[in-house]
Amino acid sequence: MPDDAILVTEKLTKEFHGFVAVSGVDLKVRRGTIHALIGPNGAGKTTVFNLLTRFLPCTKGRILFNGQDITGERPAQIARRGVVRSFQVSAVFPRMTVLENVRVALQRKLGTSFHFWKSEKSLAQLDPRALELLDEVDLRAHANTIAVELPYGRKRSLEVATTLALEPELLLLDEPTQGMGHEDVGRVTALIEKVAEKRTVLMVEHNLSVVAHLSDVITVLARGTVLAEGPYQEVSKNPAVLEAYIGAAE
Amino acid sequence: MKAAPWVERLGYAILVVAGLVAPFVVYPVFAMNVLCFALFASAFNLLLGYTGLLSFGHAAYLGAAGYVTGYACKAWGWPPLFGIALGTLVATALGYIIGSLAIRRSGIYFAMITMSFAQLIFFLAVQFPWTGGEDGLQGVPRGTLFGLVDLSRNLPLYYFVYAVFLFGFAVIHRTIHSPFGHVLRSIRENEARALSLGYDVARYKLLAFVLSAALSGLAGATKSLVFQLASLTDVHWHMSGQVVLMTLLGGMGTVLGPSVGALLVVALQNELASLGSWVPVITGAIFVVCVLAFRRGIVGEVQALVKRSF
Ligand SMILES: Nc1ncnc2c1ncn2[C@@H]1O[C@H](COP(=O)(O)OP(=O)(O)OP(=O)(O)O)[C@@H](O)[C@H]1O
Ligand SMILES: [Mg+2]
Repeated sequence: MPDDAILVTEKLTKEFHGFVAVSGVDLKVRRGTIHALIGPNGAGKTTVFNLLTRFLPCTKGRILFNGQDITGERPAQIARRGVVRSFQVSAVFPRMTVLENVRVALQRKLGTSFHFWKSEKSLAQLDPRALELLDEVDLRAHANTIAVELPYGRKRSLEVATTLALEPELLLLDEPTQGMGHEDVGRVTALIEKVAEKRTVLMVEHNLSVVAHLSDVITVLARGTVLAEGPYQEVSKNPAVLEAYIGAAE
Repeated sequence: MKAAPWVERLGYAILVVAGLVAPFVVYPVFAMNVLCFALFASAFNLLLGYTGLLSFGHAAYLGAAGYVTGYACKAWGWPPLFGIALGTLVATALGYIIGSLAIRRSGIYFAMITMSFAQLIFFLAVQFPWTGGEDGLQGVPRGTLFGLVDLSRNLPLYYFVYAVFLFGFAVIHRTIHSPFGHVLRSIRENEARALSLGYDVARYKLLAFVLSAALSGLAGATKSLVFQLASLTDVHWHMSGQVVLMTLLGGMGTVLGPSVGALLVVALQNELASLGSWVPVITGAIFVVCVLAFRRGIVGEVQALVKRSF
């Protein structure tokens, strides 16, 4: 079933001044699944995300999204195709309100983003949709809070709402539960599950119980190469994977 | 960000009235000087305060526009409005060229590229025969507005300059509060995130740069009519530094801050003029003290204070 692959990478490679951070990675993400990318620190997971979204150019290899080669496209173009990423450290617009954060994402559709002569009142038409999105992540009550004042877990929820505003086909989440307390982990996990009903998710995650609970497929990366791939039960018993994790822990 | 809108409105009201009565209270040329610098600093702030880009070469746009306007009015006998329009246009074009090259870099590299180009403009101003070298372009005629209003008299010229300032200020204010301004703010707040939301960050930065250069040019063009002079002072890197100082002093990223900063710096230079070469040292010292005491600038601190107390 080659047709249901939303994202395919062929021999994806990234070198930093001779250091190979990502080496010949072949990924295939199936539409409608939650696909987890795991691996020890420094395995190259974030770098893969940076390559997929063209935040970094790849040294070798190809990236296909819905069968189209997007390897050479600009980051903003890729985002507009519907591949939207989050960041390992929370990425909100700190000195803007929660509502404004989401509205910035919605705003592009209006096609007035270069109109410096138009009043900002023209953006008010986006408020109902923005509030709807905030409702989905339980943030409506905080709509007028300055984003920087939100607790960490809420910031990540805001990030999800902002990402959803773009109605992406493929979400790339880089460690969505990192640095969160127990409660927040539960909420964000539930949120990802809900979001993934209608979309495809590729996520990097260290919390293995979250991975076990959410993902359909897991790819294990170590030192820039794919070590194993498959469902959790399979991958978690793979001796090479265990060794990579234990080796990294030492 | 939305620190009590009524305070802002009150601020505007005071500013507008102060602007109307100013030439009866202070020497009109002084007031016009303040207005030109207030516009210049506000234009600069569009880039520094609202886009997060520190240009260290804004003298280029102020100065180049001054020379072009001065030359058009003096050598070709153009009326003031056309002269100003041409000067502004040239600054806009310069902003487009320099901006296109500079926005590919960020931080200190961006500052260095903008500074290098400004030095290039300075060098050209020294070398070109038509700029008058060390003496500058002197005796620029102020002309008449629409062939009716004699601008050689200070009072009518003042109100003309005031109208130019209000126009420029309104453009800046609207830009900040436009859909474009919102995208700019998001870029300032988190560039990578704005990019990941599908905004071609470089294009937005470029438009902000061009607008800022254009309005700096408008300020410089107007200034050359006020003093009937275009000189190397306006393209010198001191000038690029001075506008940074005004903006930080008044409060970057605040609408009124740069104007307040411009007023302070110009007034200070006027008061201290008799001290000669000590002026930069004293303004420098005052600057250091102010920046250490109020990090947000004067207007920024006032806003924070108002926000806390209401
Ligand atoms: N811009 C860069 N320049 C040079 N080296 C880099 C760069 N980005 C990443 N690296 C290196 O590439 C390797 C992979 O880094 P990456 O951030 O992708 O790891 P990761 O799997 O996301 O790790 P973590 O779990 O700690 O987030 C690391 O050794 C890192 O030092
Ligand atoms: Mg990482």
